[in-house]
Amino acid sequence: MTIPRFWREFEHRYRLIGTKCPSCGRVYFPPRDVCPYCHRESVGKMQKYELKNTGKIYSFTVVYQDIPDFKELKPYIMAIVEMDDGPKITGQIVDASPEEIKIGMPVKAVFRRIREESPSGIIEYGYKFVPI
Amino acid sequence: MVGIVSYGSYIPKWRIKVEEIARVWGEDPEDIKNGLFIYSKSVPGPDEDTATISVEALRNALSRKRINDVGAIYVGSESHPYAVKPTATIVAEATGFSPNITAADFEFACKAGTAAMQTVMGMVKAGMIRHGIAIGADTSQGAPGDALEYSASAGGTAFIIGEKDTIAEIKATYSITTDTPDFWRREGQDYPRHGGRFTGEPAYFRHILETSKKIMELMKTKPEDYSYAVFHQPNGKFPSRAAKTLGFKESQIKQGLIVPYIGNTYSGSMITGLSAILDIAKPGDRILAVSFGSGAGSDAFHIEVTDGIENYPRENAPDVWKQINSGKFIDYAIYAKFKGKIKMGE
Amino acid sequence: MQNSRVKLRWVSKMRDVVIIGAGQTKFGEHWEKSLRELAVEAGLRAIEDAGIYSKDIDAIYGGNMSAGSSTFQDNIGTLIADFTGLAINNIPAIRVENGSASGAAALHEGFIAVASGIYDTVLVGGVEKLTDVPMENITDVISGEIDREWEAFNGSTLAASAAMIARRYMYEYNAKREHIAYIPVISHRHGSLNPYAHYKNTIKIEDVLNSTIVADPLTMLDCAPISDGASAVILTTMENAKKLKNDGIVRIKASTLASDFISLHSRDNITSFRSTIEASRKAYKMAKLEPKDISFVELHDAYSIFGMIALEDLGFFRKGEAGKYLEEGYGNLDSKLPINPSGGLKAKGHPLGATGVGQVVESVFQLRKQADKRQVSDPRYALTHSMSGAGGSSIIHILEVV
Repeated sequence: MTIPRFWREFEHRYRLIGTKCPSCGRVYFPPRDVCPYCHRESVGKMQKYELKNTGKIYSFTVVYQDIPDFKELKPYIMAIVEMDDGPKITGQIVDASPEEIKIGMPVKAVFRRIREESPSGIIEYGYKFVPI
Repeated sequence: MVGIVSYGSYIPKWRIKVEEIARVWGEDPEDIKNGLFIYSKSVPGPDEDTATISVEALRNALSRKRINDVGAIYVGSESHPYAVKPTATIVAEATGFSPNITAADFEFACKAGTAAMQTVMGMVKAGMIRHGIAIGADTSQGAPGDALEYSASAGGTAFIIGEKDTIAEIKATYSITTDTPDFWRREGQDYPRHGGRFTGEPAYFRHILETSKKIMELMKTKPEDYSYAVFHQPNGKFPSRAAKTLGFKESQIKQGLIVPYIGNTYSGSMITGLSAILDIAKPGDRILAVSFGSGAGSDAFHIEVTDGIENYPRENAPDVWKQINSGKFIDYAIYAKFKGKIKMGE
Repeated sequence: MQNSRVKLRWVSKMRDVVIIGAGQTKFGEHWEKSLRELAVEAGLRAIEDAGIYSKDIDAIYGGNMSAGSSTFQDNIGTLIADFTGLAINNIPAIRVENGSASGAAALHEGFIAVASGIYDTVLVGGVEKLTDVPMENITDVISGEIDREWEAFNGSTLAASAAMIARRYMYEYNAKREHIAYIPVISHRHGSLNPYAHYKNTIKIEDVLNSTIVADPLTMLDCAPISDGASAVILTTMENAKKLKNDGIVRIKASTLASDFISLHSRDNITSFRSTIEASRKAYKMAKLEPKDISFVELHDAYSIFGMIALEDLGFFRKGEAGKYLEEGYGNLDSKLPINPSGGLKAKGHPLGATGVGQVVESVFQLRKQADKRQVSDPRYALTHSMSGAGGSSIIHILEVV
């Protein structure tokens, strides 16, 4: 990922900052500029919203594919987490073995390395989840 | 009086036993355990580094007390992810303190974190800032097959320092600095080197004993006046010997002696031991906390726990011994994979 | 979620659009053929089958997903016009991309062009050359179909998305893992009878369950292969068609497209594809048909679970019940609802952009009763279902023999 593309998402990737629609109150992560329900009423009015870092596992899988960025982690657990504030987020579950994972399990977001451009390139950090 | 307003630590979940490392390199694990007084060490996951550890430690400190008015953040480590681009910038961004803050990284082997503490203390005392953050964290590497491989581990602690509502006052600090090449790493080298037995008397002991004695002289205290003492922990033997030489009892250093289970977290070493002490400290407790950084130097702190610790929600974040005891053990192959010691293809 | 806006006021003003020619290459690993060669091969077969000349073609719609990311070749519409020899006539040509449904999307665009009267006769093709992508990059290229920033960046892949859908489906409906495996078993059974198919072996349920895990619970045999190939059809008005041929004309009774949120995490529920429900609802309305009228269905079984959920979303079975009916024998050629007589994406192959048009080519052969050993008996209406990503968009075609 090129530098500006990654850099502009820092507060979203580092701090789970999404947006909230002032009309219907729904919270979105990743952030949206337009609420899919309120449309025009939300344009220009979406508010920044920092999500609570806790949620429950909605679904998950254990990935055995050879993904160059995640070679040392294979097999790794990929999940959709339903956050306590509403939105669902796609992220890895770490510090846990596949047998421990169940739908409905409570997890919390942590700050981890996602990948690096190259050994000399920038390090791209982001969110992953650990069982609580 | 300047002091600690909030604190937090993070230790990675993975562990490796001394037996497992010894098995690979043909050493006698009993010899190692007896010689170093280390049983296991912490291992960072492949997606962890000094920046992620610092962020988690600081987030733990913030979950105990959210402070917004922070004017400075310094991260001390000898394994910063970037040689040029401070870890502190990443930590500040990830914890919401950007952009109105000053920041930089510190390096002084294992005492980079305490050097950061002293700097932030000075800035608070001078009225430059209301609160400052000092973090010591590392994901230290030990060369495969070297003695350091048994102890070099990962972990970190963050202190939020200020003058109001402290849970522990830092009543005095005293340091010495000399040019003592006991342990070093040249630019571009993967692993550090050390002077063998030279790291003992002329380095660790000389500096730790001198600052400890001096600060007790300044404060007119004796070992029995302290509830707890914690020294830099390169292994379990050195701090025990230093304590004994100075006149401290085993019971005073027990709570802070974490190295036997998680190894030497370098810049996180003494301060994570201090964090473990704060986890159970009571108002009025006096703590002697002394760091050592190779190269060399030592920072000693005389700390007194305040009444503020009674209402301080320590339970909002996992305490150090809880983190130590919830580790998962891996074997040498996984350890080598995690620590990037295996030569990969392109 | 908004209610489906099934506005089809314009239907009455549309011209009747028919397919007069269909052709495709074999789907498989074509090391010796380039993207251009495959496109030309399929195009020429369709033109020959239609009995027309290249000068009769008014426009080209080409479906392709990955040429840009795998070989850095864009401007695919122009490229195809060039190498089919039609650029010399300055023919209008455009590439249509909707992930794995690029071919069906190209067909939808071609249909709109002819139905509206803009063009009379168009060549619609789909082509994909995946084996030019180094093995280690293929998963990543395919991950271009999911949300790159918020799904793929964090470690998800299209297979992982399918796997999470499968796990949630089994959780919500108490479904058996074996049920999902029926889809690839059925696809292989029919693919073994199809000379165009990438894989011609048959497999059993146990083979699927015991195969190498890709993303738990899905195994290699749950996932469509990496294939090269091209397919093409010639569309024209019914009026034109009657002048050219007496038989072999297939009418497009419905061509619909619907989208959904691209990422699974943005959807309220992941055990149903809203894009498939919406597109098929519009299609049935457009064709004035119901699910029970469909003689056979070509499903987008890029992953077994996609095929299974599609059966429910297309209205053939109630939610959670597809497995039960598959167990009873639905899906076989001689059953009430033959599934994937071509071999589906799993056995016939899945050269992304060529897949959707390939399903229609198969349907044309079937409706003309030219499908040899895999012939569905007396088919009247065919339904093809093509999808991008993990249900990000769905494209439905309903065809009938004239």
